[in-house]
Order: sequence, then C-alpha cells, then structure tokens
Amino acid sequence: MSDILPGDWEMVIGLEAHVELATKTKLFCGCPNSFGDEPNTNVCPGCLGLPGGLPVVNEAAVQHAMRLGRALHCQVNPSVFARKNYFYPDMSSNYQTSQFDKPTNTEGWLELADGRHVGIERAHIEEDTGKTTHVGGGGRIHEAEYSLVDYNRCGVPLVEIVGKPDLRSAEEARQYVVELRSIILAVGASDAKMEEGSMRVDANVSVRKPGEGFGVRCEIKNLNSLRSLVRAINYEARRQVDVLESGGSLFQETRHWDEEEGRTNSMRSKESAADYRYFPDPDLLPLAPDDDEIAAIDEAMPALPAERREAVRNAGASSEVAALMTEKGVDTLAVAAIDQGAQPERVFTHLEHNVPAEAAEKLSVADFVELINLETSGQLTATQAKAVLAEMIASGNNPAAIAKARGFEAMESDELEALVDEAIASDEAAWEKFKGGDAKVAGVFVGYLMKATKGQADGKAVNALLRQKAGL
Amino acid sequence: MDATKLAASVRSGEKSAAEVAEEALARIEAQDSTINAFTALNGELAEQAQAIDAAVAAGESVGPLAGVPVAVKDNIVTKGLTTTAASRMLEGWIPPYDATVITALVNAGALVIGKTNLDEYGMGSSTENSIFGPTKNPLDPTKVAGGSSGGSAAAVASGMVPLALGSDTGGSTRQPAAFCGLVGVKPTYGRVSRYGLVALASSLDQIGPMAATVADAALLLEAISGHDPLDTTSYNTPVPAFSDNLDEGVDGLRIGLVSELMGQEIDSEIVERTQAAAQALREAGAQVEEVSIPSWSLGVSVYQFLMSGEASSNLARLDGVRYGLQVSGATSAEMMAASRSAGFGNEVKRRLLLGTYVLSAGHYEDYYEKAQRARTLIINETVDAFGHFDLLLSPTTTSVAFRLGEDRDPKERYISDMCSVPANLTGAPAVTVPFGRNREGLPIGVQLIGNSYQEHTMLVAARTLEATNE
Repeated sequence: MSDILPGDWEMVIGLEAHVELATKTKLFCGCPNSFGDEPNTNVCPGCLGLPGGLPVVNEAAVQHAMRLGRALHCQVNPSVFARKNYFYPDMSSNYQTSQFDKPTNTEGWLELADGRHVGIERAHIEEDTGKTTHVGGGGRIHEAEYSLVDYNRCGVPLVEIVGKPDLRSAEEARQYVVELRSIILAVGASDAKMEEGSMRVDANVSVRKPGEGFGVRCEIKNLNSLRSLVRAINYEARRQVDVLESGGSLFQETRHWDEEEGRTNSMRSKESAADYRYFPDPDLLPLAPDDDEIAAIDEAMPALPAERREAVRNAGASSEVAALMTEKGVDTLAVAAIDQGAQPERVFTHLEHNVPAEAAEKLSVADFVELINLETSGQLTATQAKAVLAEMIASGNNPAAIAKARGFEAMESDELEALVDEAIASDEAAWEKFKGGDAKVAGVFVGYLMKATKGQADGKAVNALLRQKAGL
Repeated sequence: MDATKLAASVRSGEKSAAEVAEEALARIEAQDSTINAFTALNGELAEQAQAIDAAVAAGESVGPLAGVPVAVKDNIVTKGLTTTAASRMLEGWIPPYDATVITALVNAGALVIGKTNLDEYGMGSSTENSIFGPTKNPLDPTKVAGGSSGGSAAAVASGMVPLALGSDTGGSTRQPAAFCGLVGVKPTYGRVSRYGLVALASSLDQIGPMAATVADAALLLEAISGHDPLDTTSYNTPVPAFSDNLDEGVDGLRIGLVSELMGQEIDSEIVERTQAAAQALREAGAQVEEVSIPSWSLGVSVYQFLMSGEASSNLARLDGVRYGLQVSGATSAEMMAASRSAGFGNEVKRRLLLGTYVLSAGHYEDYYEKAQRARTLIINETVDAFGHFDLLLSPTTTSVAFRLGEDRDPKERYISDMCSVPANLTGAPAVTVPFGRNREGLPIGVQLIGNSYQEHTMLVAARTLEATNE
C-alpha cells in the first residue's frame, strides 16, 4: 500500500508513548516536578534512593492517569505498582516503580482525524529516571571520560501509552501521535512536547507480505520530533525489507535513530536484555478506584478532539476543515457562530486564514457573527471584512463601529458603474485587450477604482461589471 | 532504674538529663569494650540533655521519655550520626535525615545515645555478621547476644541503657531479647513507621522496642507508634495508651498454645517453660488450649523466599554511585559490581543471590509467587485462629543463646526462626517475655502473639507472666 516499500510489502507499526504528567510534585515524594532547574536540587531521601527512603503515591498523578485512560476509552482497573529491577546509575534505587500485570488502564482506542480507530493496549503509571550526561568522547557512553547524573527527573510521574500494532504507514503513525497529543492537551495531563522530552515516542516496526502474520519487530528510540518519527519508520521498514529480500533474517532488537545520518543503528539485543524480575512493590498499596470516582472523571471530561471535530462537521465542514478547525482550537467559535446564523463558508475561511489560534478566545461570538453578516449582506467587501476582523482582534471593538470609523460603507451600484465607465475611458487600449480576452489587464481598471474609492470598492463586483460590459 | 521512673525523676527535676546522660556514657565506657554493643555514640548528647533540663527548668512539657537514654539499632537512620547497617558498604555514611521513629523519640524527650550493632542489614541471628565484630551476651560473654538486634539487646541487658530500638523482619527484636532475658516487641505491621529504616524486607519489617520490663517496652512502643504520612503502609488509627492498665490481668482471655511450635525442633527445656507459662496463665484466669495452625510449619520456607526476594530489590540501591563504598571500574556496571562485591558480607551475598533467583523469569512462579500464596494461607488460618482465641502462645526461639563463633549450617540457622516468622508473615503483633532460665542459667523467652492492632491485650498477658516471675 505504501510506495515507500517495493512490491506488496506492508509495514506494521505500534507506538509506545511516555508522557510526563503535569503535576506539581513527583510521583512518590514531595519534590517539585520541574524542568530545567539546577541539577540535583529537587531531590530527597525518597527519590535519591537513600537507605530508609519510602514512596508515597501522588494522588494527582493517579487522577491524571485515570483521566487520560478514560479519554482513550480505556477500562480503568484496580492496579498494583510493581518494581522493574535493573541496575543503571540514573535510577537511584536500581528499580523503576511501574505497573506490570495490573496496569491502571487497559483496552482503549483513539480516533484519528479521518475517523479510523487505533487500539490502545494499556496506559500505565510509572516513574521517570534521572538524566545522564556523558562528558568527553563526543558525548557517547563508550568513549566518555566520565558521566554526570542529574536526579531531578528521577521520580517524575509518567504514563506509558502502549498502542496496538494497528498502524500501517509512517503517515498514520504521525497522525496517531498528533491525535494522542491533542487528547493529552485536552485533558491537561501534560504539555506533551516531543522536543523537550515531556512526550517521548518509541516505534515498534515490522514488515510483512499481505496475509502473513507479524514479522520480527525492531523498536526505534530517540524520536524527538514528528519529522524524526516519519523518517525513522520509513528508513527502518525499508531496511527490513532490504534485509529480507537479500535473503537475510531479522532479529528483535532496539535501534537508535540517528537524525543527522538519517538511519537507525543497533543498540542492544532484546534477547540479552536484563530479566527485570518484576514483583509487586511491597512499599505501596494497590490502587482501587471505585465506580463513583470513575463516573466523576467521565462527568468532568472536557470535549475531546474527536467529538469536537464531529461538531464542526455537523456544522457543515468537510473532515479536513473540521480537523483543521479543531487542531487550531477555533472549533468552538466556528460552531457557535454557525449556530447563530453566520454563513459556514465565510466562518471557516476567516478562522483558517485571518484569526490566529491565540486570538480565537478573545473574539466575541456575537461580534464575529455580525462581521460575517455584514460581509455576506454585501455591506463589507472581503478585503474590508478582513481588515475589520484584524482590528476587532486588536481592539475588541464592534465590527459595525470599526467599519463606520474607517468609512467602509457599501457603495451604490450606479455610483460604482459610473466609476467603472470612467476607468474604461481612462485607458482605451487596455480595454480593447480586455475585451479580446486578456484577463490580466483587468488590474488596470481595478487599480483605478481602488484609487478612486480609497479601497472601498468591492473587487468582485468591479470584475463582474467589467466582464458584463465587455460581453464576456 | 527503669525508664518510667527515670523519666519521672527528670521531669520532677530530681535528676537532670545531663546527669543521666553522663552516667549512661560512663557505663558504656566501662562495659562496651567487652560487650561491643555500640557502633557509634551521639556526639551531641550533652547539648540535647541540657536542652531537656532547660525545658524542665522553664516548666515546659518534656514528654514521657524525658531524659531517658535510648540506644538505636544501626539500621535506623539518624541525621548527623553514622548509620551503617553494620555493612562495609555504608561504613561512615552520615544520613541527611532522621527516621520518623527518631523524630518521635526526640519529641518524647528521649536521648538518642548511640547506635547499636547488628547483623549486616539485619541478615542473621547472632550479631556476628558485622563489620564491627560480634556483640557478646552480657549474661554470658561466651554466648551470642542473638540477632539481628543483638547490640540493642546487649545494651539493655548490660544495664548500659534502659531502652533500645530494634527492628524485626523474622524475629530480630524477639530472639535477641529472649537470648538476653529481655522483653522485645514486634508491633503490628503498620503500627510503627518504617520511614528511615534501612529496608530488609518491606512487607515484613517493623521497628520495635526492647526493654527490661513490659511496662518500659509499652512506654517506648507508645512513643514510636502512629500513622506517618511518609509511610503508606503505616496504619491510620489513634494509638492506645499501651502502658496503662498493664496489670488488668488475663481473666477470661482465650489463649491458644500453638502445637506446630511445640515439637521436636524446639529445645525441651524451652518447651517445658512454655508449658509452664500456659499453666501460669491458666492460674491467672485465662482459658489456655492447644491449637493447631498447620500452615505455620511452612513459615520458615515462605519467609526465606519472600524476605530474600524483597531484600534483593531493596538492597539494589547500594551501588556506590551516590553514597557509600565506591570501588572504581571501567564502566558504571563494573563499578557497581566491584562496589557491591567489596561492600557486602557473605551472608548478604547469599541472600541476594537467592532473592535474585526467586524473582527471576522462569522461577518467579515456582518460588516467589508460590510463597505469596502460602503466605495468604498462613494469614487465613491465623485469622481463623483469632476467631477462637484472643492470643496465641508459643516459645520465642528454638534454643537458648548459643556459643559465639559456633559453626552452624545456614539452613539450620534459618530453621531457628520458625517460632518468630509467623508474626511477620501475618503482620500480627508479638512480644517475648522472659520466663525462667535453663539449667545453665541462660534465659528462656516465651512468645505471645496478638490479633492485629491488639498490642495492649498481648502486653497485659506478658505482664501477667512477668509478675509470675517476680
């Protein structure tokens, strides 16, 4: 299906996203969850792994995770924290507290902008690790002179969202991440910035021929932007096909995306990876959300992107325009304006081109509707309407008042016709050309009109008159 | 002088805390070179004692343990005072924070006089597995003080201090208390905060008091009990006055003598003394009957798997990266491995290997998970027993204090925990109280196990036995 791959090869992609939750404090202690502070200042006996330190779960993090789970149509379950044991210097206790066989959220889905569903296997809570900086040797671990560890991030709450292998192209993967991110933003669980690491996406990629089972998958790490995601998936799928077509075989491994070189490189083999020795964390109690708690979350759920897109579609937009309005965050204004009688076409056009995303909130629905009505009733030209809209955003004034102050008043049609005649008379040669079918010279007359009316003439109406007089 | 009277005399101004502290330090100076109970002494003791005296002079309230010296097992973190867990790995480590029980002691007016010896991380039952060398039993210096809280037991039994804190994962306050002729308590799991206790096995560990009398143990238990927001597993309920009405007697109490803990494995003199305790309780008005709790015979095996599994994860943080011993290596993995190889003693390594094995893929289901199911069975059968009984009675140990340096098979040592581990596995509170001596003159302890959060009933029965002795 994809022209990235030769023949009838198909790619199969499943994404795992780690999202840092927007809590004030860390997952298991009271240290600030904040980015960019002096290293090792947001630490305590708990998150520094000192002897005797104990975890206490952050209720706000659990709420965020459950809200995100419900937004992804997951079942919210009683859950158990488990320790994932492995030694690494940036993990202060040498185990990561995560969830294993009893995660908080299971079996959900999200809807892409085009209406297709992608399955979510689970969305579980876990803590982040610290951050290691390798000094010397170009920052590579094996050549470094020494390494520095910052434990400020150690214990920051994460939700890991494991998507099902339902994606079939890099573009779909991109759409999935865009949709997931807008859901996360809608519920306020995170700022979800890939570039800053508050949302980190790993891609599991495999290839197969139609009708075959899943192929051997490779996990790609270090995808710090949507661009990297798309490039890495396409590269990796192609690499796998090349290996298989040249008679080679693949093995399950983790690969690192090198953005500069535009390729994935082998990191470590999963077969030789640590045995994590998961077991229930005896320092923490199981989480047992009750039905009331889940009902309260559902009740307080803000409108999610899929619902919002549907509302815009119902107001008369195409799927594409609906997605665009929603992604830009101008969808509520669009729906409200159309509800109050504004013409959908003009509403969508203005919101797409003439209203910056951050300005949409400042516009009053009534003023916006009034503006559209002034335009559709012919009292303002498209150009004038655009100018008035810009001033409405800047000053917050009423459109009629702005139009009046600027002297934007509709011109009587006989007055316009007289001016058109004047314009034709001003350049007989151009007129002959126009009549002969050279549409480009229309600019001469329109320019004359605009100058004469100080820009108040309706360009469309002028053009129509010219064509009418030329018999075109 | 017992702690209750000592605190009263400090509060009344009859005796100054400074004097109490000096006298205690003098006793330690005189005796500890032989006994080896202490690993470190509090350098700020004099100032802290003076502060209490100043408060007394100013008429301020100074707490129920005013001026009472308390020795603290060296696996409980103390701000500014070394906390080593008797391990090379933590030698010289000075914590930047206090355990919740230390804060509680200070709030109660107690003087934390110093830290006491133990088996490394609490792994052992003789206080011989220690970088500080073995602690000797004050009642017979050729014998062990027991363990792992052997230093705390010896510090109290020698009279150097009236009170001490131990920790109990599989019997570590009760066994040394029994070996040294003391009262030792393992509170209900969740009664005392574990925040600041160097974790051995999180689901089993509890900090508990050790004292010469039931009343003193009750007083110390009262001071350290209570909900702690820093420990999720601590129980949120008011703390009863454990030291009140200890003489209310056992009339009408139903007490079960656990037959699984009265068999061949137990020294016959200890079995006899336990029978005598049963008789004494009967004479005091209790109904004592034998009860069988079959799953308790699984206790030691279940305990080994759960304890070692949890320990293997809890001790993983000791890697030389942030604190403690660091041995350099070419990579971070080699550095951590070298640090741990040099920092841990053999018993610790043995248990970490076992713990890593029982949690590993392919073995988890056979060992750790199966042990957890067996633990559930033990808990259920124990709950059933408490449907019929208010208390359970048993020996505390399988033997009296054994010889220092005695070469015993580790497996045999594990079996010696059989009387104490059921309380840890079920979370139930337990107390050991001295009840006579053997032919050699070594103390024998008997154990009372209470229903969860019913420490007072248990302490009343212990007091009854103690009074019978007097």
